[in-house]
Amino acid sequence: MTADEMQSIEERFPHVFRRPLYKRFGPLVLFAGILLYLVYTLWFFSLPQVLRESHWERLPLFLTQWISYDLQPEFRLDQPQITPKYPRFSALGEDPHPDWVITSANGSYTILIDGRAKSVTFDKTEAMLVANGQTVPVSLASGKPVISGLVPDWITAHDDEIVARMGFAGEVRITVDRVKVRKRFLGWANFVFDTRSPFFGKSPGEVVSLLMSGPQLKPGTSNITLAADNIWYNAQWQHGDVWTKLFQTIVMAFLGTLLGGIVAFPLAFFAARNITPSGVISQVLKRFFDFMRSVDMLIWALFFTRAFGPGPLAGSAAIFFTEIGTLGKVYSEGLENIDDKPREGIQSTGANGLLVQRYGVLPEVIPVFISQTLYQWESNTRGATIIGAVGAGGIGLKLWEAMRTNSNWANVFYMVLLVLLVVFIFDNISNFLRRRLSRTIHDYNRIQAEQG
Amino acid sequence: MPIMTISATIRSDATRRTADTWRRQTSLRRFYTALGIGLLLVAMCTAMWFADEANAGHFFDRLPHILDFLSWLVPKDWNDVWRALFDIASPHDKGSQEFNFPLGRVYLWRGFYLPEYFELMLTTLNVALVSTFIGFVFAVPFSFIAARNLTPSPVLRLVVKRFMELLRAFPEIVIAGLFAAILSTGPVAAIIAIGLHSIGALGKLFYEINENIDMRAEEGLRAVGANWFERMRFAALPQVLPNFTSYTLLRIEINVRISTIIGAVGGGGIGEELKLSISRGFGAKTLALVLLLFTTIFLVDQFSAWLRRKLVGEQAFMMGA
Repeated sequence: MTADEMQSIEERFPHVFRRPLYKRFGPLVLFAGILLYLVYTLWFFSLPQVLRESHWERLPLFLTQWISYDLQPEFRLDQPQITPKYPRFSALGEDPHPDWVITSANGSYTILIDGRAKSVTFDKTEAMLVANGQTVPVSLASGKPVISGLVPDWITAHDDEIVARMGFAGEVRITVDRVKVRKRFLGWANFVFDTRSPFFGKSPGEVVSLLMSGPQLKPGTSNITLAADNIWYNAQWQHGDVWTKLFQTIVMAFLGTLLGGIVAFPLAFFAARNITPSGVISQVLKRFFDFMRSVDMLIWALFFTRAFGPGPLAGSAAIFFTEIGTLGKVYSEGLENIDDKPREGIQSTGANGLLVQRYGVLPEVIPVFISQTLYQWESNTRGATIIGAVGAGGIGLKLWEAMRTNSNWANVFYMVLLVLLVVFIFDNISNFLRRRLSRTIHDYNRIQAEQG
Repeated sequence: MPIMTISATIRSDATRRTADTWRRQTSLRRFYTALGIGLLLVAMCTAMWFADEANAGHFFDRLPHILDFLSWLVPKDWNDVWRALFDIASPHDKGSQEFNFPLGRVYLWRGFYLPEYFELMLTTLNVALVSTFIGFVFAVPFSFIAARNLTPSPVLRLVVKRFMELLRAFPEIVIAGLFAAILSTGPVAAIIAIGLHSIGALGKLFYEINENIDMRAEEGLRAVGANWFERMRFAALPQVLPNFTSYTLLRIEINVRISTIIGAVGGGGIGEELKLSISRGFGAKTLALVLLLFTTIFLVDQFSAWLRRKLVGEQAFMMGA
């Protein structure tokens, strides 16, 4: 390409080669602005300090607690005989004899933390810690736990206590008068039957045969009823309560969206610029929709929780009020985008106002309305989880309470899985229905296009 | 033409059969519509009954007292609303928390201060903006990978799509709660929670836009040997950027709302203050907070709507259809 040609191209397309200054530097300025803003937020949230004071070591701890549980037996050495003590309400039930606690004939105990490779063996005078291929003897005879020789790095020797950390599997704490063991198991303890249930500790095969043809464990109730009752009222996992609360969340989203749609539907006709009988009514209604939306679901939720008390009624009412605004706005915008020809056609036959809307407007907008309502329903199912936490009922409050104690992460994870499942199912239902509807809309548009 | 003559003209068997079929189909469709609406109404009434049963206070018991409940909202002195909003000392201040307005001023320079509630509103807004930014930055590359027509590898596409679905569905309060325990501060945990959610939500909308682009530009670049990044940058991005920006603005509106809610459950900012104020029944403070929150959300919505209309026109308002 010669220089002349280049010049002629440049002259022919000035909007490409000689763009105004603000257009050329606009993106750069925008980029710099965003960068400046981010620096400002670093300062605003004092991020360096927050990161310095954070406890990232807690993250793996919490995450392991999502999918595991631990048992913490204690062995008293100051009694005539070494006696194991399990905490009350431990996952093993009353009077446990787990196979990882081995008593030998001479009165010494061996606790298998992770097989023989990670274990501790002790009597009243000496303890033997085994881990990472090393065996470390701890003498308890001198009134203090003492390690003779080198202390490996997985052991911390305090003045009166020796702490041996054995990774995920657990840890051992030794003082002169007791040995404390923490052993961690993968999975959820007693997920089906809790320790008070007569089915506790039985293998799945045994449980099935009991359900099918066993003698009644509790006279007067069939075993199946008993088992269902035991599962529903499982003290640790509270299946009954969790499922009821989950259902409340679903009901909140359903009721709020549906009622919002029912109220917004007639109002939208009065708010739509092309249909309304009066411009004043249209403006008033549109500002009303904006108001309902802008007051925010949180404010509605807090108010209704105070008015009706905590529970799904407050949550449904909050979603209902917000949804009047959102659906009203969306519906009226849908109405303003319709094709006016069918309406004129019906009008020309002398039909009254209601009939014009029914046959001239509705067939066109109903699929769009339903599709948008489904979309809101889907997003409210997710939103209902959050506003539940401020007292509006449902699974949100339960999740938040379980989380606030920082101890029950397994229960939190259980509820999260349930919420994920519900959201997944509802997403798919709503997607399926909307796809079918959009096919209807698509067909309609195609037919219109073909007919010009 | 009188009706009699029309029916008289329907003579031939074929015409009558068509008319019968049409009538039968219509009545069948009407029956299904009525059945659907009936079922929906039954479900609605059951749901209402269930919600009422499970609630602490019942609807008809509480309804006459709705106005009593609102009575605490009416302040003794309406000027207290302005005083609460702008941190001006109130003559009613007897040392109780209800009227300690000047407390919590953020001094900027000498005597100039930012009132406490504006500072809290700013926190909430900043949480929303930063988390939307995080969402945008990650959602753009993810959306190119997840789009059927642009993806560099189908396996990667499936992984990214599932990952974004997970982020979208994961309850924000759990992530916020988890990080609040680690960072021991609310707002940053809220940013992480809302940011992660925004990645999923924006990513889904973005890749759906990507799947509808005109592929000729991409083919042109492919023909001159451009690699994947260059094709995305110069062929795809210019086509989709206005729509991306529009959806991001919409996301800002949503995130301002979410960040007030997350604030109320421990994320800090204005949500927390509002929850405290309502639960303690501080009339003037509650009204000031509601007024501020309402105005801010309204302004953010209007500004974003104006900007979106400038960017992509009326198309920006057909959400979900």
